[in-house]
Amino acid sequence: MRKLALALMMAATPAMAASEKLHSDLKTPLDDPFKSGMWEFQQMRLLGNPEKIKFDERVKVFAPHAAEDAFEVPVKVDATEIPDVEKILVSVDYGPIPKILTFYPKEAEPKFSFRFKIDQATPVRVSVQTKDGAWHIGGIQIDAMGGGCTAPAFAYATDDWEEKLGEVRGRMWAKTGRVRVIVDHPMDTGLADGIPVFIVEDIKLEGPDNREMARLELYEPVDEDPAFTFHFPKDTLTDAIRVVGRDNNGNEIDATIPGPNTQ
Amino acid sequence: MRSSQTKLSRRATLGLIGAAVTIPAQARTRLSYNLKPKQVADGIWMLEGSTDYFSMENGGDIVNCAIIEGSDGLTVVDTGPSFRYGEAMLDALTNLSGKPVTTVINTHHHPDHFFGNQVFTDIPIRALSRTGALAAEQGEDFSDNMYRILGDWMRGTEVVPPTQSLPAGEITLGGRKLIVLPLSGHTEADLALMDVETGTVIAGDLAFLDRAPTTPSADLGKWRESLTAITELEPSAVIPGHGPFDPSLRSLTQTRAYLDWIEETLVDAADQGFDMVEVMELPIPDEFAALGAQPQEYHRSVSHLFPDIETDALPLLD
Repeated sequence: MRKLALALMMAATPAMAASEKLHSDLKTPLDDPFKSGMWEFQQMRLLGNPEKIKFDERVKVFAPHAAEDAFEVPVKVDATEIPDVEKILVSVDYGPIPKILTFYPKEAEPKFSFRFKIDQATPVRVSVQTKDGAWHIGGIQIDAMGGGCTAPAFAYATDDWEEKLGEVRGRMWAKTGRVRVIVDHPMDTGLADGIPVFIVEDIKLEGPDNREMARLELYEPVDEDPAFTFHFPKDTLTDAIRVVGRDNNGNEIDATIPGPNTQ
Repeated sequence: MRSSQTKLSRRATLGLIGAAVTIPAQARTRLSYNLKPKQVADGIWMLEGSTDYFSMENGGDIVNCAIIEGSDGLTVVDTGPSFRYGEAMLDALTNLSGKPVTTVINTHHHPDHFFGNQVFTDIPIRALSRTGALAAEQGEDFSDNMYRILGDWMRGTEVVPPTQSLPAGEITLGGRKLIVLPLSGHTEADLALMDVETGTVIAGDLAFLDRAPTTPSADLGKWRESLTAITELEPSAVIPGHGPFDPSLRSLTQTRAYLDWIEETLVDAADQGFDMVEVMELPIPDEFAALGAQPQEYHRSVSHLFPDIETDALPLLD
């Protein structure tokens, strides 16, 4: 994608025509607060050119303004001021793989934390879709020296990574409704030389009777050993939570966070 | 290895920009370091850097370098953040004693301490052997980042790792007796140097004064052990890696207190299930908020240290 952008930039006239065409094809053109050259492309490709879409200050995104470690950029998203959230898609404008993850809050609040690998300075977009299909967009600009997506995972520097693969660390804080989960996984982007894509593709939190409490779809830019905080309404966590998921090689993730009464 | 594939092209781009644009004389002179050796003990000087973070305003002059005069020559301890700094240092030393620089020592492998090595390639550049390996391994990545932050200040700077290893114990350099202390904790290999005649300790980045300690390569437990080792030498004064000359030894207690606070804060945050962004949002107590380069250094430390602390804090599930 970077190559495409570069090619477009170099051939100035066709690029102008292409971006003008893109602009005129948008059902609802927006005034991007970050003035990024890639936003309209994201709006078209990642969100499917929706009609009901706007930048919305109620989508709050928190992250350091510069990435100290390109491999672990922490982000906190809070869309709790928006009612009826169906899903939250997080993406970057600039980077070889734009999609980071999609969060389906279900019983959780539309508020969560994660970390990702950044490849260059970019706006991070948080696109919140409500049950009526409308999109509410928030974001934050993060500066970076880059390289986070194109280097091998650190896991391979140790010789026991295979034994630890899929191990889950986690805990719930029932009083505050907080759940923290870390999964041991290299999360290989496929962009490092000779290392194919190897990523966890989905993680679900399940209550009793396999009731789905929250779900995440993950893409390549999520950090090695993905780490998430979920927030449930206070004092609603009464039972153990099962963390289930799988990676693209079919390895299963299955672990249980003990409920408040067993701790 | 965190290899950066765009390294060459980025450097080349800077070069191209430099070649294509004629920089006005005024702008050129603006980018000069104003280095004034300050005598701190008999035959010992320091070049004192700012306590801020790297910026285009300070050109990376945020580090302390030391000069030790012996009967036969000068020993330079640490060489600053850039080729240009190295050149300015040579200028500043010309009128100091009339003696030549005979040895360079690098306390550790962070870029602000050895990127001026380039001007000293005709004499031995000595360091702990592990420091040499780390400088060679990580120097190019550091260089990319320094060019990104400091731009034209870095022009012409190339990574020159130390060339000779320095053994532990007593050594005579330039005709002056010094004790080499092989320590660690700020990085995997941190050299502190004690001048036998005056009892002055050049602590490198094991000691900071009124400037927040940096932790990108830190092992907090080992760092504390090293502070204990330096304290036990009962130095007459400490030249910290960053911050003013310290005859009170406050740099040793302040650095330890900061490391203790950071660790306690992060362990406690992990125990409450906080994520890194939330940990960064925590208030910094006044005594640590008042240090130079805050809150940036605290935020950086959260990035460096929290993932491991959190992994230890969260139970492994069945």
